[in-house]
Formats: sequence, C-alpha cells, structure tokens
Amino acid sequence: MSDSQAAKTQLRVGLFVTCLVDLLRPSVGFAAVKLLEDAGCKVIAPLQTCCGQPAYNSGDRADAQAIARRNIEAFAGCDYVVAPSGSCAGMLAKHYPELFADEPDMALEAAAFSAKCCELTSFLVDKLGVTNVSAAYAGVAAYHDSCSGLRELGVRDQPRKLLASVEGLKLVELEESDVCCGFGGTFAIKYGELSDAIVARKSDKILATGADTLLAGDLGCLMNMAGKLQRQGRAVKVRHVAEVLAGMTDAPAIGEPAPEKAK
Amino acid sequence: MSVAATTPRFKANVHDALHDQRLQGALPHARNFIGRRADAAARLPEFDALRDSARAIKDHTLAHLDLYLEAYERKVVEAGGQVHYARDSEEAVAVILGICKARGAKVATKGKSMISEEIGLNAALEREGIAAVETDLGEYIIQLRGEAPSHIIAPAIHVTRDDIEADFRRLHRDLPSDRDLTQPEQLLSEARAILRDRFLSADVGVTGANFLVAETGTSLIVTNEGNGDLTQILPKVHVVLASLEKIVPTLNDVAQILRVLGRSATGQDMSVYTTLSTGPRRAGDPDGPEEYHVVLLDNGRSATLGGPFADMLRCIRCGACMNHCPVYHAVGGHAYGWVYPGPMGAVLTPLLIGVAEGGQLPNASTFCGRCEAVCPMRIPLPKLMRTWREREFARGLGSPLARGAIRVWSFFAKRPTLYRLAVEPAMRLLSLIGRGRGRFAWLPFAGGWTRGRDFAAPEGATFQSRWRAKSGATQ
Repeated sequence: MSDSQAAKTQLRVGLFVTCLVDLLRPSVGFAAVKLLEDAGCKVIAPLQTCCGQPAYNSGDRADAQAIARRNIEAFAGCDYVVAPSGSCAGMLAKHYPELFADEPDMALEAAAFSAKCCELTSFLVDKLGVTNVSAAYAGVAAYHDSCSGLRELGVRDQPRKLLASVEGLKLVELEESDVCCGFGGTFAIKYGELSDAIVARKSDKILATGADTLLAGDLGCLMNMAGKLQRQGRAVKVRHVAEVLAGMTDAPAIGEPAPEKAK
Repeated sequence: MSVAATTPRFKANVHDALHDQRLQGALPHARNFIGRRADAAARLPEFDALRDSARAIKDHTLAHLDLYLEAYERKVVEAGGQVHYARDSEEAVAVILGICKARGAKVATKGKSMISEEIGLNAALEREGIAAVETDLGEYIIQLRGEAPSHIIAPAIHVTRDDIEADFRRLHRDLPSDRDLTQPEQLLSEARAILRDRFLSADVGVTGANFLVAETGTSLIVTNEGNGDLTQILPKVHVVLASLEKIVPTLNDVAQILRVLGRSATGQDMSVYTTLSTGPRRAGDPDGPEEYHVVLLDNGRSATLGGPFADMLRCIRCGACMNHCPVYHAVGGHAYGWVYPGPMGAVLTPLLIGVAEGGQLPNASTFCGRCEAVCPMRIPLPKLMRTWREREFARGLGSPLARGAIRVWSFFAKRPTLYRLAVEPAMRLLSLIGRGRGRFAWLPFAGGWTRGRDFAAPEGATFQSRWRAKSGATQ
C-alpha cells in the first residue's frame, strides 16, 4: 500500500481532550494522542472547551445546547471523536441527542455526531481491536470504574484488557469498584460534606487492596480520590489509565509535587 | 396537611447524619440488599425481559388510567365495597376519619403504607382519639420511637438491635424487667405477643396496596410478616389506602410485576405473604370485614400523567434505588427530610411538595446511575432529577452563587478563543503557586472540596496551548 493510500484509510480521530485534562493534566491528553497514533490514527484536536456537562447537570439547558452545537461543528471533519473520559464521552455519545429532543433536525445531527463519539479505552479495544500496548509499569494497581463510562458506555473490561498487557504491572481488583467515588462534578463542591463522606469509603476500599497505584479513566474521579488519599497522608499514586497504557508516567502522579530541579 | 418537610435544610440534615455515630453504625445494613438482589436477578434468566414487560404493563395502564380506574371501581362496588377518591391528603384523611367515626372506632390497626405517611394519617387519627397501631415490625418499632420510616420497605433500617431492646424495655413496662431480649427472635416474639391483642381489639384495619387490579376489584399487598392479613381480616372495617397509579389491568399483569418486585426489593423470589382482598366478607366466608373501603389518593399524580415526570408513576416502591445509592448509604433516609428518601424520593418529593421546598434532593446526586441500572421499572431517575434541576434553573431557584458560577463558566465555554485567553494565565498561575506541594489544601470558592480533600495543582501550560505549539497551530 502506498503512503497516500495509507493516509486515505487512516482514521481521522478528533481528540476531545476534556476541560479537566486540558486545564489540569495535559499529560493525559498527550498519552491519549500517543495511544491513538500507535494504533494508526491521525489525531487532530480542534479548538475546544468543554462538553457542556456542568451546565447540563446544573439545569442550564440553553447553555448546554449552545456548547453542544459548537462541539458538533468543531469535530465535523472527524471519523471518530475520542475522549479520555467516560463521563465526557457519555455526555457526547448519550446526552447530546436528548439535548435537542425538541429540535428534530438538530436531534438527527446530534445523533450522527454521538454515533462517532467514544471513550478512549473502549475505542482502542472495541473499535480498533487493540489487544496490547507497549508499555511497562512497575507496580500494583487497583482500577476504579467511573460511573458514566461503566453504566452509560459499558466500559469495564476494555481498560483491564489493555492493562493486562502492560509489562510489570499487577492489577488487583478493588472491592466496590463499580460504586461512585462521590465526585459528581459540581456535586463535589455543592455537597462537599456528602461527597467527602462517599470518597472516604472509597479511600478505605483502595487502601484495603494494598495497591501502590490507583487507576481510572476519568480525571474528575481521580482528582477526588487522589485528594482524599493525600489529605489522609496515604502514599498511593493516582494516575489516569491512559498514562500507564502509553508508558508516559514520567510526570508526577496526580497531586504530587514536580521533582525538584537539579541544584 | 401531611407531614412537615425538613427537606429545605437538607445540608444540615446531612451534616447531622454524618456525625450521628449510632446512625452510622446502623446504615451499613442497607448495603446487604445489593448482593441479594444481584443473586436473585442472576438466578432468573428472564429477569431483564420481565423488567421490560413490567414497564410496558405500567405504561399501558397509565396511558389508559381513567378507563382502568373506572373498571376497578365498578368491580369494587360489585363486590360490595366502596371507592372514595381523594384529591389531596386532607380529603383522604377526612374520608378515613369519617369511616372510623361512623363505626365509633377506638383502635385502628395498620399494615405498612407509605401513603399513610404521605397524608399524615397516624397523627390525624390520634388527634381524634383513635389509637393507630402499626403492625409491621419495623413500623411498630419506629412508632414506639416517634420516628418516621427511613426506608420505604425497611422503615427501621436506621435502628440497631440494641436500640430496639432499650425501646421495648422502656415501653413494654408490664413485662418482667429481667426478661431475656438479647436475640432478635426474642424481640420479635415480644412484639408479636403485644400486637396480637391489638389485632383482636381493632375496630378498623388500614392497609396500603402494592397493586389494585382493575379486572377483579382486588387490592394486593406483599409482606414478610403476615401482619397485613390480620389487619384486614380481623376488624369489622377494612380500609385500603392507595395512590391511584397502583392500578394494573389484570391478575396476570400483577403476577409478572411481582416477579421483579421481590427480587428487586429484598432479593426474595417472592415475599413471604402475597395477600389479596376483594370486597367485604361474603355470605358463607369464614372471616373478613363487614365493610370494605378503598381510598384512592391523587395528590398531584394525575397532573403528572403525560408530562416529563410521568415515568415516575411506574414506581412499584421496591426500594432498589435507595439500596444502591451512595448518598442514601452515607446519610440514611431521614436526612431527605420528608416521606420518600433515596433517588425515587429525590424525584417524587418535589412533585408532591413543590420544587421550592424539595429542590435540594434532585441536586444532591452524583448521577452515578446505579439507581436507574437496578430499577425494575426502568425509571430514568437521573434524567428526572436533571429535569427538576432544569425547572429550578428556569425559575431562578437554588443557590445564586452556583447559578452565577455556571453562567460565567458557560459564557466562556461558548467562546473558545476568549476561554483560552482566560484559562491559560489562570492555569499557569495556579501551577506556579501549587507546584511546590503539587496540590492545594485550600482554594477560594471550593471550600466544599478542600475541607476534606486536597486539590491537585495544574501541570502548567494547558493541553491545547502545548498541542498548538507542537503542531504549529495548524489545527
């Protein structure tokens, strides 16, 4: 196959980087890019902000619709739209059509867009047939199933399958891995005390595994769990699953200080 | 009338519940239902198909509710009973008090009924000098304690065995004080013995209904203790108190829905007792009441038909949503502040007492979706909670600070170029401040987060600025 043919058959994947990854932990975005490129995709990242979920879940439907319209437009040229988050991918893939339920034309457009949207690990495994990654990680990791990815998109086995191919990594099962960590977006701040009580239990379950690393596919949940573990003075390293799968674990774990520069 | 709600002070209720050591010791019981339900569902290959079928039955019934209500009423009357329609709690209470007074009733026994809680029946009976005696063990216990149910099928789930022993010793004073009450069975027998007398002395028996069958005019209750049977058979008058969406067309339909009810609720294939009653005692019947009344409560439900919350009318009150809810697990049912707790309560409460008073509940959800995943009637609970948030937002209710914050965020999120200009310097600054520790122990406007958790500092330049720098701003 010539190069031009290869370019034609190469999938154009729009990376929906998510606002949290964009602002707080870009290294997850670059890990996603590496995984997608390793799998043969052409990755593009159009100018973007957020999936609109904070507005949508706060009852601000008009703003959620406006944000959704922009995203549908921005990713128009992509074969797929992939997000390193089950929650944001769930918003794009499951809730956009519902957002335009009263506008038949737009609802159709939204449905076509939604059909292209995937969460990162399930895209790699289910759509591209990736079975192993070339990465190594020395550690024992517990995996938390974030709610939206698990229940809206069926993301459960895909990240585990890929993690099984990471050299040196031992994956242990986390009891109640399918139970919410208490993040819930703005819930974590609006109902902080409740959210904190829920993540305290999650922290207990994580510690009970004896794992030195906690992985999940959603930065919001990861920041919540990392924040609790660190407030409690625990040494568990918390990372997005994409970082480990891409072998990009040089950056400090979530909430860990940057290494001091050589003196 | 009905019961006064503390729902507007939900956050304070949460705080109290989280610091109530006794309550926190009792709450883990609610999680026991999870494994039992999962096992029961796994044992029945057609479980999910039955859920679809149950949903279809209820949707069909609700679409033709007027016809089925009329058919049901005809059958009740044919069987010698009476149907009373009550638009609201006041009317329902007035009807029941009227029935009791006509009989000169002194004691009314009661089977478990959440509608009775909704209309505040016990207090109303007591005001008229009629003793209301709860006969479900859990209900009996919380009645002794002067509390409301904290769970729709396990009303005393917030109470420990030690609490019950103390309450029994305090209130059953004519029993020997040195009696052994260390075993749950001993508590059960003591309650049984006391309730036996009440059953025999009752003038009126009030039960709820899990289903009302249009085909036959039958009301049906499920219990695990058989107390419902004694409540409805022994007194001279049986009053069935139910909300009007309890109607289903046929006994066959009931049989289908029952197959998902017990499994979803307690993980039982069937409840221990499934009790049907149709009209008063007939000539030749060995027992049964002389009078049979059905009080059908609306309380705003008919106005819900055809609207965005109509799905909620499918609810069969199994409690699976609260049994699987992280918020319910953390604080229990009383914190919700009115009659119905958990996700179903978060949707139903604003419907029944208004979103101005009940609006906290649909907001207090992480949208983890586990409630919807286990709901036997496939009620999209998170979606309905979100619809309440939209109503609130449209009416300008809720926290002004939260509304303002979401407006500002949305303003920028709709304008990517402006957004970049705003977030780039902000992230660089935060990163600079937070780099040393890698996280913040305090952040402005995020006290809800940082009181119990650290907040990870941003890495520095955003993904998009780094990406564009790397790819030469071609995209």
